[in-house]
Amino acid sequence: MKYLDEFRNGDQAKALVARIAGLATRPWAIMEVCGGQTHSLIRNAIDQILPPEVEMIHGPGCPVCVTPLNMIDKALEIAARPDVIFCSFGDMLRVPGSRADLLRVKAAGGDVRVVYSPLDALKLARENPGREVVFLAIGFETTAPANAMAIKLAKQQGLKNFSALVSHVLVPPAIEAIMNSSGNRVQAFLAAGHVCSVMGFRQYHPLVQRYKIPIVVTGFEPLDLLDGIRRTVQQLEKGEAIVENAYSRVVTEDGNTVAQAVIEEVFQVTDRGWRGIGVIPSSGWSLRDAYCDFDAEKRFDVAHVETEEPPQCRAGEVLKGAIKPHECQAFGKTCTPRTPLGATMVSGEGACAAYYNYGRYVQITEVAHT
Amino acid sequence: MTTSIEWHGPHCPAPLRDYPHVMLSHGGGGRLSTELIEQVFLAAYGDKQALLGDSTPLTLPSQRIAVSTDSFVVRPLFFPGGSIGDLAINGTVNDLAMSGAQPFCLTAGFILEEGLPIEHLVRIVEDMACAARAAGVRIVAGDTKVVERGHGDGCYINTTGIGILPADRQISINRARAGDRVLVSGTMGDHSMAIMSVREGLEFESAIRSDTVSVCDLVHQLIAACPGVRALRDPTRGGLATTLNEIAEASRCGIELDEQAIPVNGVVRSACEFLGLDPLQAANEGKFVAIVPADEADQALATLRSHPLGQFAAIIGHVIKDDHHLVVAKTPLGAHRIVPTPLGEQLPRIC
Repeated sequence: MKYLDEFRNGDQAKALVARIAGLATRPWAIMEVCGGQTHSLIRNAIDQILPPEVEMIHGPGCPVCVTPLNMIDKALEIAARPDVIFCSFGDMLRVPGSRADLLRVKAAGGDVRVVYSPLDALKLARENPGREVVFLAIGFETTAPANAMAIKLAKQQGLKNFSALVSHVLVPPAIEAIMNSSGNRVQAFLAAGHVCSVMGFRQYHPLVQRYKIPIVVTGFEPLDLLDGIRRTVQQLEKGEAIVENAYSRVVTEDGNTVAQAVIEEVFQVTDRGWRGIGVIPSSGWSLRDAYCDFDAEKRFDVAHVETEEPPQCRAGEVLKGAIKPHECQAFGKTCTPRTPLGATMVSGEGACAAYYNYGRYVQITEVAHT
Repeated sequence: MTTSIEWHGPHCPAPLRDYPHVMLSHGGGGRLSTELIEQVFLAAYGDKQALLGDSTPLTLPSQRIAVSTDSFVVRPLFFPGGSIGDLAINGTVNDLAMSGAQPFCLTAGFILEEGLPIEHLVRIVEDMACAARAAGVRIVAGDTKVVERGHGDGCYINTTGIGILPADRQISINRARAGDRVLVSGTMGDHSMAIMSVREGLEFESAIRSDTVSVCDLVHQLIAACPGVRALRDPTRGGLATTLNEIAEASRCGIELDEQAIPVNGVVRSACEFLGLDPLQAANEGKFVAIVPADEADQALATLRSHPLGQFAAIIGHVIKDDHHLVVAKTPLGAHRIVPTPLGEQLPRIC
């Protein structure tokens, strides 16, 4: 655990917090883009020990949260078919569609299985030639290489009973959408380390130039996050706006070019709907024509699926950083992890679930010292 | 001249070994049922009187008893460190021990799926016999049913246990008081991760073994050394997080943990990190939480650590006054977070 423990050292964390406090002379609003970073910030209660000048805004980087409702409803429709084995990553199973979620479809007889890798779905397809195996291929740039590889292998192996329901999303267009949105308060971004491990960080240079905002590539452990925040505050205080790499043990400027080549071969850029936010131009990947035989949307004819978002859910405003989760009227009342209205209350990386589970809505420091 | 012939009606005289798999007839109450009982269950448990009668008369050594029942549906049936047979005994005797009772006897009910290899059943039953001997408990009644193939998951087991309770023993999860110390008897999450490592579709190589074991002797030693023990609970499904929340709720208090003090095996921690799971929500099958008065905490810790099953025991926190009945953990960074009761089974995160 050396590789983890050394990035969780309490004394070093406190020293970093002191350095951030020494740098910050006025309020700054920094968005961590990635849900994994939100999870780590809240789980380690880092936001509690930051100086009051530094406000962390939780961004739209939880792939479970932003997968459009329409895609979830299509997944539910396909998963309920008796001829289908439906494969998904675990935390998609509780995400509410318009009328149900995958766990309920499973309880009602659907063959829904949790996989850790899209290659496991491919294996299922080989083992069950008489059934259709459908993989829910969602996620940011991080999960795209493995998903693309599975689809590429399916074609190479001539697997006729495998298909993917693809809803990939991309970080840079989301940053642009946030910067362009009215009432935006975000002054700097922590870029998602895992996304950059695949894509590198070359694509962020135009963003810092256009919007004059610091972007710091940041990891997920407490010391990674604090170092990312420190560098961001330092840039903000100096009036700089450059791309910095605070996660150099994993990320290079060019990223993983082999993975990028597989993505490029299988996927093409497309406009994509983001749950709670709406359609962002050129913000996702869909299958290229050469791989359209593996498109589950086409194979199962789910174009007619209609969706209905609960009107009380303000997940969109949470995802854009306009409100904190507990500022939503439904938070902790009609909307809990047991009865989520929106996906942000489902995933461990979702801002609403993180707030609910780790108790940002009560004064826990008060409680702890009673 | 007459020849005496023992006539049992038309039946297949082949011994059990000629049936490599459990058949519906093995639960039909006929001759195959008897053979299954004699050749599998009696061979392992050896208590013919108890298992062949319709019921078993018992004379209890005490008027005060504890009763517990539990059903076991684990998949796969065999996993690193144990089997469903070990769990079925240890799970129930540990539940008895959590009220301070000395396990006295158990019943065992089986629901077998047609097609289960007899060889697997024999291994399960032998594991049960071995675990029962280790826990010092007799199996005094049993039942076997067979369901059609596809209607079960190989083997389900229910065990019900009776334990003997001393007249003055008062151990209950509603007795925690502000100032008490919270101890765990060992590392958290081993069982969950052992099962995960062999579950279909998730196989990964690891040295993690389930911790399934009877903790009765360890509990006995603890109570002898620290008669003021307030509460005991084994953090099985839902893990430490669920158990502590149950204690906080039942005792109408709060609990503050020092996250760094909670013992977690390094490999288990790595597996949890890798899969996006929380070791505090992971199941254990051979560990317990003890709430003890502050002035007995050091003695309790020394007692646990001097036992082979308690060598990684630790004081992980203390009971506090809190009207919200929250469990909070002090993170390594010195901040506090709430440790919630998990909703259900942990689902691995996407990335």
